[in-house]
Amino acid sequence: MDDFLPLSALQHYAYCPRQFALIHIEQAWAENRYTAEGRILHERVDSGVAEQRKDVRFERSVMLRSEHLRLTGKLDLLEVHGSERFVPVEYKRGKPKLVDWDRIQVCAQALCIEEMRSIQVTEGAIWYWEVRRRELVALSPDLRNLTLSMIENCHSLIELGQTPKPISDNSRCRACSLRDLCGPDRFRRDNSVRYARELFEF
Amino acid sequence: MKKLLNTLYITRQESYLHKDRETIVIKQGDEKLGQFPALSLGGILCFGRVSVSPFLMGYCAENGISIAFYTEYGRFLARVHGRQTGNVLLRRTQYRWADCSDRSKEIARLFVAAKIANSRSVLLRELRNHGDNPRLTTAADRLASSLRRARTAKSVDEVRGIEGDAASCYFSVFDELLRGSGFAFGGRVRRPPTDPINALLSFIYSLVTQECVSALQGVGLDPYVGFLHRDRPGRASLALDLLEEFRASWADRFVLTLVNRRQIQSGDFVTEASGAVRLQEDARKKLLTLYQQRKQEELTHPYLQEQLPIGLLPHSQALLLARHLRGDTECYTPYVVK
Repeated sequence: MDDFLPLSALQHYAYCPRQFALIHIEQAWAENRYTAEGRILHERVDSGVAEQRKDVRFERSVMLRSEHLRLTGKLDLLEVHGSERFVPVEYKRGKPKLVDWDRIQVCAQALCIEEMRSIQVTEGAIWYWEVRRRELVALSPDLRNLTLSMIENCHSLIELGQTPKPISDNSRCRACSLRDLCGPDRFRRDNSVRYARELFEF
Repeated sequence: MKKLLNTLYITRQESYLHKDRETIVIKQGDEKLGQFPALSLGGILCFGRVSVSPFLMGYCAENGISIAFYTEYGRFLARVHGRQTGNVLLRRTQYRWADCSDRSKEIARLFVAAKIANSRSVLLRELRNHGDNPRLTTAADRLASSLRRARTAKSVDEVRGIEGDAASCYFSVFDELLRGSGFAFGGRVRRPPTDPINALLSFIYSLVTQECVSALQGVGLDPYVGFLHRDRPGRASLALDLLEEFRASWADRFVLTLVNRRQIQSGDFVTEASGAVRLQEDARKKLLTLYQQRKQEELTHPYLQEQLPIGLLPHSQALLLARHLRGDTECYTPYVVK
C-alpha cells in the first residue's frame, strides 16, 4: 500500500506539478469554493447504490487498484454492459476542457480495470456537472502513453521528495485552493539572497 | 494570505466551554455567557480555572483551532495538539539542519539580525519623534555594530553572544522610551517579573510565543527544534527563535504604546508578598482586548510586499521558513520593520 499513488493525484500533477507535490508530498490541503463543490458533488454521487437497467449494471464508488502501476483509488461510476464492456465514468463539477487533465484520470482508471478484470477497456466518460453533459473519452494509444508517463513522473517526484517551483501560467493559480500555501508570486523568483544581504546594510 | 481569524480569550474564572453542533458555548454554572460559530475562530486561550470539554478539544484539534491554557497570570501551562500534521520530509530537513552547525548558523544569524534591526528601529523611531538623546544614539550605534558582527559570525555560539550583548544594550536604555508614564525600568527581570513593565513584557512575549508555536505546527514544522535556541526538554526552541523577530517590533512597541498612552497605569498591578508583580484581572482583560485590536492592524510585509494584519506575521514567517527548508528560497527571510 505504501507507495501506491492515489488516482486523483494524476489530475493534480497534470494541473500543476507543484500542486501535486504540496498535496501528496507535503500533505497540504486547503479548501476553496471549487474543491468544496467538488467534494459535495462526490458525496452525492458516492451515496448511490448499484442498480441494473436492462443489460447494463451501474456500480458506484468502485475501489480500483493496479499492482503493476502502483495506483489506487475510487471510481465514481462503473457501467458494465453485458459481461465484457466496462465503461468508467468520472464526475466533475466543472466543464469540459481542451487539455487532457480529466481524460488522463479516466484513462488511469481504465488501466486499473483492465488489470483487475483482465479485459480491454475501449472507452470511458466524464460527466460535467456545470454543463450537465457527458463527454466520451476514447482510450487511444496516445492517451494511454501520456497517462503512463505521467504516472511514472508522479512516482519519481514522490521518491525524490521534491517540490517543484510554481508554474509560469498564472491563470491556473487563480483557481487553485493552495494558492496561499504555495505562494506562486512569492516563490516564482527567489529574491531572498538580496533581502538577507540588505538586512545587514543600513 | 490566509484570513486572520478571531481569538477567544477566556478570563472569567470557573467558566466551562463545550461544543454545541458547530458552535462553542461558554458557560459559568448554569448561566450561558456566550456562543460563537466554531469556524470563525483561530484559537482559544484559557486563563486560570477554565475547563473545556474533551469533545470540543477534539473538534478544535481536527479543525486547526488552537487551544492553550495559561495560569490566571498569563504563564503558559499547556496546549491541545491533535494529530501531527504536515510533511515528514520537512521535519527531517529541519532536524538535519538543526544538527548541522553551518546551516543552523545561517538561519540563527538571520533571526538575530532581524531582532537587532527591529530593536534598533524602536530606538531610531524614538529619536525621530522626540529629538536628540545621546543615550539612545549611542545604543543605536552599538546595535548597528552588533548587526555588522552578526553578518560575519562564524558559529551559532558567536551569534548567541552577539544577541545577548545587543539585548542588554537595548534594555539598558529602554527606560528612556517610557516617557512620563510613571513607570520605572531598570532592566529585564523574569520569572517572576518584579515591576510592571517586566510583567507586561513577559505577558505579551508569552502570548506571542504561543502564536508562534501554533503557526509552526500549522505549517508542519516542529516548534521544539530550533536553530538559535538549544534543545531543552519542554522548550519550544523554534518558536523562541521566531519570537526574536517580533519582540521589539510587535511586543515591546505594543507595551510602550499601552503605558505611554496611559491605557495601563500603576493602579492596574498588584505586588505579591514575594515581590512578584502581576496585572489585576480587569487590566488583563483590557490588555487582551487591545492586543487583539493590535493584531488586526495591517502592515506591508517587507519581503512578501503584501498587506497583512500583524496577527498573521507568525504564520507568514513560519511559512517562509518552511518554504526555505523545502528549497524554494536560498535564504530565510525574517520579518524586519521597514
